Amino acid sequence: MNERSWTTKQLALWTSVAAAGAIGVTALLVSIFEHKQEARNPFYRVVELTDDTEDPAVWGKNFPMQYDLYLRTVDMERTLYGGSEAMPHSPTAADPRTVVARSKLEEDPRLKEMWAGYAFSKDYRERRGHAYMLDDQTFTERQQAAKQPGTCLNCHASMYVVYKRLGGGDLTKGFENINRMSYFEARKYAQHPVACIDCHEPKTMALRITRPAFMEGMRALKAGEGIANYDVNASATRQEMRSFVCGQCHVEYYFAGPEKRLTFPWNKGRKVDQIVAYYDEIKFKDWVHGETGAPMLKAQHPEFELWSQGIHARSGVSCADCHMPYVREGAVKISDHHVRSPLLNINRACQTCHRWPEEELKSRVEEIQTRFHDLRNVAMDALVDLIEEIKGAKAAGAGDAELDPARDYQRKASFYIDFVISENSMGFHADGECLRVLGDAIDLCRRGQLALRSKSPAMRTSLERQH
Amino acid sequence: MKRHVIESVLVLLTGATLGLGMYTFVYAKGYSYLSNNPAACANCHVMGEYYGAWMKGPHRNAATCNDCHTPHDLVGKYVTKASNGFAHSLAFTLGGFPDAIAIKDRSRRVTENACRNCHGSIVDAIEGSHSRELSCIRCHADAGHM
Repeated sequence: MNERSWTTKQLALWTSVAAAGAIGVTALLVSIFEHKQEARNPFYRVVELTDDTEDPAVWGKNFPMQYDLYLRTVDMERTLYGGSEAMPHSPTAADPRTVVARSKLEEDPRLKEMWAGYAFSKDYRERRGHAYMLDDQTFTERQQAAKQPGTCLNCHASMYVVYKRLGGGDLTKGFENINRMSYFEARKYAQHPVACIDCHEPKTMALRITRPAFMEGMRALKAGEGIANYDVNASATRQEMRSFVCGQCHVEYYFAGPEKRLTFPWNKGRKVDQIVAYYDEIKFKDWVHGETGAPMLKAQHPEFELWSQGIHARSGVSCADCHMPYVREGAVKISDHHVRSPLLNINRACQTCHRWPEEELKSRVEEIQTRFHDLRNVAMDALVDLIEEIKGAKAAGAGDAELDPARDYQRKASFYIDFVISENSMGFHADGECLRVLGDAIDLCRRGQLALRSKSPAMRTSLERQH
Repeated sequence: MKRHVIESVLVLLTGATLGLGMYTFVYAKGYSYLSNNPAACANCHVMGEYYGAWMKGPHRNAATCNDCHTPHDLVGKYVTKASNGFAHSLAFTLGGFPDAIAIKDRSRRVTENACRNCHGSIVDAIEGSHSRELSCIRCHADAGHM
């Protein structure tokens, strides 16, 4: 056909090129086809999920991408101030864990003095991912130091189905039954760490509140704001729910009465001052300080409360926006169920809104955290000085009448410091508020020392000022 | 005889490649990229949220994607479309790009110029003798979309 006939070599070469072209175009076609299919089918329903399906692996059959990410909360990766690498641990009869997180007590021994006489002075470690919540609670040395109630499981296990079953269908009744049991009696009912059903309604996947303590806490908070009979599941917006589901556990709480009812102290508001005022009013104490005899308060992990005082909350940014940002799997966009520090995920967590290089954003956060960390050290020193001075006065024979005013300052200062250091953001969730709380705590320590010396502090400003 | 067979295979293969290529072009709505329709940019799902934000944004009645993201001369426009289109297709097919995508320097300059194309007189008054030291989108980051 051709005047100039091709050599066998040329023919072979051009055939290869054409074949490679055909392969490439076909691969592209298939890739485009797959992306189009992904965009069309967000999920395949392969199992029927009911309101009693507790096992997250079953949910994972319908939502494999979310489930895979959820499983990755086993990762142990630290940031400048948070998290921990996996630390080897020799298993014992009481604690079979082979890997644990770093001990915060060994890192800062002042915490032992702060919590003297309380179980937290025995064992207190860096936080680990959601996957470890049940094991870390079951095997902590605090279980040997004191008898814990079943209430603790509210936030360390998947409890929605358990509550429903034990309450004969009534969530609140099941919650009350678990609260009254001992920890290890209640532990038998718990199967999984927090699971899909604790946040999602199984028919629509809509977020919902499953913890009675949060429903009651929000009702008390809203009542204080002038809104009567607030029902969080009926009234919260979708964006509010993206924080509220987290707020069921990442909060300050106490166990009310002999029935050990889990209660969130929000009647007067979510600020540390308002929470202390509430505890003072009901004369609540967590324990008596082992060295000074002060009636103490232990702060838990008030992420929800401190977030509410920060600029992100004010701008309508939810917990999930930063801790579970959208992630693209092919052509599908899902929320990242690998819940973790945004510092390990800066592109998705921060750069969606903040258009600055990753390094710049990281250093901004670390600057805020370093300021907090340094002032935290000053406040811890001030607290230890106050404790030592009360101890000294007590040893020298001072009676309750002389010691009580200083003890009250210790109770408050200790709770203020605890409130911002037990919170998991190293001051980031509400940077200004956290520094303010530390500043006030240092002042409370100073006032406590002056009270022991029967001196009144200079009253140029009032501590009862409106924050 | 042998040569004849090989040549037939080559012709068939070339034809198949061309045919597949044309089919893929139509299937992927390749022709839509020659147009000014903003929906074309959201053919690939990565742009979906930016397209959605533009539809709710202040410029939706004044400027389309091309008005801000391609130069305003014919050659520059299609060269930019071709080079960005190729880079985007490559990234979307092979993956490995960040979820919160970021504009490249060259594209940022295109957009800065586009701002001045419509708002030239007011920008001139602001810049005065600074001449092109100011960035419009540093402050007006959400003018087109979030």
